[in-house]
Amino acid sequence: MSLWVDQYRPRTLDELHYHPNLSLRLKSLAASGDFPHMLFYGPSGAGKKTRIMCTLRALFGAGTEKLKIDQRVFLSPSNRKIEVNIVQSNYHLEITPSETGNYDRVVIQEVLKEIAQTQQVDLSAKQRFKVVIINEADSLSRDAQAALRRTMEKYMSNLRIILCANSTSRLIAPIKSRCLLIRVAAPSGEEMQECMKHVAKRVNFPLPTEVAQKIIDDSEGNLRKAILCLEALKTQSPDLSGDLTIAKPDWETYCHKVADMIIQEQTPARVMDVRAKFYELLTHCIPPGIILKTVAERVVERVDETLKPEIMHWAAIYDVRLRIGSKKIYHLEAWVVKVMSLYKRFICGMDLSDFD
Amino acid sequence: MPSTFFKPQPNRQPAQGQKHALEPALQPWVEKYRPKTIDDISAQEHTVAVLRKTLSSTNLPHMLFYGPPGTGKTSTILALARQLFGPDNFKNRVLELNASDERGISIIREKVKTFARQTPRAQVVASDGKTYPCPPYKIIVLDEADSMTQDAQGALRRIMETHARITRFCLVCNYVTRIIEPLASRCSKFRFTPLDSVSTTSRLEYIAREEKVDVDADVLNALIRTSGGDLRRAITYLQSASRLSTSTNPPVPITAEEIQEIAGVIPDSVVEDFARTLGVEITGGMEVDRAPGGRSFEKIQKHVKQLMRDGYSGTQILAQLHDLITLNHLLTARQKSLSSLAFAEADKALCDGADEELWILEVALRISKAIASEES
Repeated sequence: MSLWVDQYRPRTLDELHYHPNLSLRLKSLAASGDFPHMLFYGPSGAGKKTRIMCTLRALFGAGTEKLKIDQRVFLSPSNRKIEVNIVQSNYHLEITPSETGNYDRVVIQEVLKEIAQTQQVDLSAKQRFKVVIINEADSLSRDAQAALRRTMEKYMSNLRIILCANSTSRLIAPIKSRCLLIRVAAPSGEEMQECMKHVAKRVNFPLPTEVAQKIIDDSEGNLRKAILCLEALKTQSPDLSGDLTIAKPDWETYCHKVADMIIQEQTPARVMDVRAKFYELLTHCIPPGIILKTVAERVVERVDETLKPEIMHWAAIYDVRLRIGSKKIYHLEAWVVKVMSLYKRFICGMDLSDFD
Repeated sequence: MPSTFFKPQPNRQPAQGQKHALEPALQPWVEKYRPKTIDDISAQEHTVAVLRKTLSSTNLPHMLFYGPPGTGKTSTILALARQLFGPDNFKNRVLELNASDERGISIIREKVKTFARQTPRAQVVASDGKTYPCPPYKIIVLDEADSMTQDAQGALRRIMETHARITRFCLVCNYVTRIIEPLASRCSKFRFTPLDSVSTTSRLEYIAREEKVDVDADVLNALIRTSGGDLRRAITYLQSASRLSTSTNPPVPITAEEIQEIAGVIPDSVVEDFARTLGVEITGGMEVDRAPGGRSFEKIQKHVKQLMRDGYSGTQILAQLHDLITLNHLLTARQKSLSSLAFAEADKALCDGADEELWILEVALRISKAIASEES
C-alpha cells in the first residue's frame, strides 16, 4: 500500500487541481511537437514534479510510468569511481547530479552526451527526442552548469532537458536564457482545501472543514506535507473528531525549546546548554541553516517589536557565514550570544558593547 | 556456410550529417538565425570592420573575444571561419571546444596540440562553386574559455607561439579577467558590447517576419526590456512566446505580459505592492492608505513569506526592487544609498548560497528602516 501522496498524485495534466492556466499551457506545448527546454521552479511541495511527470505523460503516453532504477558508474578525471542512481523509462531519464557533490560535472557530461548521441530507437514513440530531468538544479556547481550550456543547443535534436529547482537565483544566466521558465507557485488555502477534499473523497471519508483548515495553516503551502499530515491524522483518529493535535516534527519542537531557553535566561551557562542542544540537533543531521531559521523565527515571535529587525539582521548575517565557513556550531553559537546580548541590553538598559 | 561467414561485411555507410540534422521547424531560432556572414552581425561595428579586413588580407591574429552573453561572440567567429574556409574545408580547419567538452590540461596537451600541429591540406575547389580565401592556417575556437582551469590555460601558452604559423586561436569568454595575463597578451582583444535597442529591434523584427509571427511594438519593448541587451535571450523568449501562442487553438496574439511571464520577471504590481509594504510611496499607482502601524515587522515578514510561497526568485526580487527604489523620485539620496547598501550585501549573500527568505526579509527591514528614519 502506498502513501496517499503517491497514490492520489494526479497522473495527467487534466487532473491537476490548481494553476489551470499553467496546465493549459503545458498541454498545448506537449501537443505542438515543438517542445523547448524547460525550467520548473517554485517552493517545495508546490507540485513541480507532479507537473513534470504529467507533461511527460502528455508527451509520450503511459510508457513514462514504467520506471526502472539503474546504477551507473562513472570515472572522474582522477580515476575515482562515482556511483549514480538513474531513474529511467524508455522515454526519459532522471538524474540528481548534486548527489555526487563536486563531480556533478562529469555526470552531466557523460550522461547527456550518451543520450545525445543515441537516437530514439522505438519507432512507435511519439517524439523523436528523449527527455532528461535534472533534479535540484540549483545545487549544480558552476562547472556543471557551464557544461550544460552548449550541450543544450547542440543536441536539441535528440534531447530535451527539464530542470527542476527551488529558486532560479543560483542558476547562471546562460542556462536561464535557454529555458522556458515555468513558475509553480504554492497553492493557496482554498486550492489546498480542494485537493485535500479530493483525496478524502477518493479514500472515502468525510473531511471536516476545520480539520482541513488546521492542516493548511500548519503546512505553509506545502501540499505534500499537508496530505502526509492528513494521512497521519486519519490513522491517529479514524473519524477525525475530537481534539486533534498535529504532531510537529521532533526537531521543530526541539528548536522551539532552544528559542525559549534563549529568552528565559542570558548567561554564559545558558549558552553552554544551548550549545549542547545545537550539537544534538546537528548530530541528527538537521541542516544548520534550517536550525538557525527556525530558532530565529521563534525568538522573534516572543520579543519586543524594536528588537525584531535586529535579530533577523544577525540571523541573516550568520546564515551567510554558516554557508561559507566550515564549522557550523561556531556561527550558531555566535548568533545565540549576539541575540542574548541584544536582549539583555534591551531588558536592563545595560551597556554590553564589549560584546560587539 | 563458413565462406559466407568470413566474407568481408559490406561497408556500412555511416549516416553522416544526418545525425544532428533537424527539421528546420524544430530548430531553435537562435541556431537557425545565427549570422551566416560577418556582415549579418548586429551592432559591434568596430569588431566587424577589423575582421572584414582580415577577410581580404587573409591574415589573422590570435583573438580574444569577450563581452556579456548573447552579444554575438560565438556567432562572429563561426561566421568568420565559414567565410574564410567555405563549407567543405570548415570541418577540417576549425576545431571548436567548449565547456561541455572535457578541457583539462590533458586535452589541451593531446587534442589541441595534435590539431595545432597538422599542416592544413591544400585547397580543393569548393563544392558550391564559390571561391573562398582559404588562408593557410587553421582556427581553434575555445568557447567559454573562462571556465578553463589555470593550468590548462598555462599549457596553451607555448602551443600558441610555436604553431602560430599554421594555427590561429580564438578564445571566447564572458569575463576577460579570468583569462591569465600571458594568454591575453598574446591575443588581440575584441570587446563585444551589449546590443542597443535599435539593432535588437531590427533583428527581432526580421525574425518575426521570417517566421510569420505577429509582434507589436509593445511586445518588442517588453522583449528588449527583459533581455537587457542579450539578443539570444530575446530570441529565445520570442520563440517560446510564439510556441505558446500558436499551440493554443485558436492562436492568440502575443502579449507583453506573456513575455514577462516567460522571462521569469515578477509582475510590476507585485513588486510595487511589496514596496508599499516597506513604506515606499509610489506615484501614479492607486492611492494607498498608509496606516502608521502598516510597516510593522509582522506585516513585512508575512509579505516576504507570501512572495516566497509564490515562488519568485530572490535575485529577481532584488533586481526589480532595486530598479524601483533607485528610480523613485520621492526618496532622498540618503534613503537610496542605505537601500543600495542593503541590496549589495544581499546579492553577495545570495551568491554565497544563503537562505533567500532570510535575506529578502533582511533587505526589506533595512529599507523600511531607512525610509522611516528620514521621515521622523
